[in-house]
Amino acid sequence: MPPRANLRAIALHAALILGAAALAVPIWLAFVAATRASADFVAGDVGWLPGPHGFANFWTVLAAGDSADGLPPAWPMLLTTLVVALLIALGKIAVSLPAAFAVTYFRFPFRSLAFWTIFLTLMLPVEVRIVPTFQVVADLGLLNSWAGLSLPLIASATATFLFRQTFMSVPDELTEAARIDAAGPLRFFFDVLLPLSRTNVAALFVILFIYGWNQYLWPLMVTTEPRFYTIVVGIQRLALAADEGTAVWHYVMATAILALVPPVAVVVGMRKLFVRGLVETEK
Amino acid sequence: MQAKRVVFPHRLLPALLVAPQLAVTAVFFLWPAAEALWQSTLREDAFGLKSTFVGLANFRDLFADPDYLVVIGTTLVFSFAVAGLSLALGLAAAALADRARKGALLYQTLFVWPYAVAPAVAGVIFLYLFEPSLGPLARAVGPAWNHKLIGWQALSMVVMAASWKQVAYDFLFFLAALQSIPRSLMEAAEIDAAGPFRRFFTVSLPLIAPTGFFLLVVNLIYAFFETFGVIHATTLGGPGLSTTTMVFRVFRDGFIDQRLGASAAESVVLLLVVAALTVVQFRFVERKVHY
Repeated sequence: MPPRANLRAIALHAALILGAAALAVPIWLAFVAATRASADFVAGDVGWLPGPHGFANFWTVLAAGDSADGLPPAWPMLLTTLVVALLIALGKIAVSLPAAFAVTYFRFPFRSLAFWTIFLTLMLPVEVRIVPTFQVVADLGLLNSWAGLSLPLIASATATFLFRQTFMSVPDELTEAARIDAAGPLRFFFDVLLPLSRTNVAALFVILFIYGWNQYLWPLMVTTEPRFYTIVVGIQRLALAADEGTAVWHYVMATAILALVPPVAVVVGMRKLFVRGLVETEK
Repeated sequence: MQAKRVVFPHRLLPALLVAPQLAVTAVFFLWPAAEALWQSTLREDAFGLKSTFVGLANFRDLFADPDYLVVIGTTLVFSFAVAGLSLALGLAAAALADRARKGALLYQTLFVWPYAVAPAVAGVIFLYLFEPSLGPLARAVGPAWNHKLIGWQALSMVVMAASWKQVAYDFLFFLAALQSIPRSLMEAAEIDAAGPFRRFFTVSLPLIAPTGFFLLVVNLIYAFFETFGVIHATTLGGPGLSTTTMVFRVFRDGFIDQRLGASAAESVVLLLVVAALTVVQFRFVERKVHY
């Protein structure tokens, strides 16, 4: 390589690494704060390098909680969040797969109507219909329940469309072969369609898991009992205490790190599926 | 919407298969939406005991309310700032990563992970970074920083927190678009002795413009709706109205101030906004499919 091109490549990589580092600065500073003691915040010298209290802080936040500032231990909240994320992700897949199968592989009365009804949900994010949805859930007696936390978020046009697209690309010869072998539609669905769409289901699961894990407004509204607090909601209650002058920023930041590590680990660990899922759902 | 050429002859089975999806949609989407429409025409008396039909009066009051006009302005400034900032940074990072021949996958990981951070968590982290007396970034700015009192600083803080996460998303789509440009085009430009900047602005940028437009719509939808967590976990809409967006106001009127009619009317306004954005997005997708 001629020296000028070499120099250019170095500058390019330097710029990229600098950009990536800048993107990581907020998390680094949050991590530094999570390793400091309360006194450091009062004295105002937290700095840019980690302190020695990391293990103690994370242990307090995870297992003991900080009852003086109204913080329950984080591990039950992490568990609740995991359950909610799984319920939402698996629930969405479980209702979308059969719906997509029905509108793709059958002609039945009101098929268009069903399709457009599902399409409409694209236009109604939970933030828009929040107050009436809350009333409906309250009327059904689902406040402070797993069903109340997950059901209103389960209907998803995106997942149905994605699966429909996947099914449309499955060759008709397979369906004909199945019919010649006298396989019924359910047999065809389980033995042919599902195995063929495995990668798409997995990719979508990654996206939906992150979507479910990061839910905020809805869990905030339908849960008042601490045992249903998700970690993302719990951290807001703690941050409020910190912002009002209590020196608990080290606990707040430790909780923030705990809340973001699982979804970030999923994205980094399953990067390929994640990228595929993200790009496919937006098509 | 077409079906397969080869279909199964059953009639009851497909109805059973779509039933769960339709049931959830009807109970948690259509019913609440209808309820919002109906409630937007009602007004409760001072004690919340009975409500009377007032037609479009809630909407008239809404747009006559100077506060609501401020909220609309804030929402527009906030949304376009978030969209503009994350589009610009995402495009810059993608343009660089596209030129890096080695380590492209590593850079993809390094730029994409913030997508996984919940908006509320990002908000709380930025709240600490900019905490006026002890936040490391606020101290770097100096004593002039106090987002608890100064509206535009609070707004910049929530814009930064919301964009930080969205850069990852825009980066990913821009990078995919740039990588799908045929190499031969770039080589032709290179032979014509166009420098890297010239190549980017005259060849790459026009070709990825559709992606940019698509991302603009997606970013606006994100800024309008999904950033509630950022605002609720940090400024609670304040100081004053400086960070109150339209979604936050629906929440405040509906849950904190218990002004159900006003809140429902605001929901309907938002519904129209999201419907318009979705239509724009779909028209775009159609065009993308056609050529």
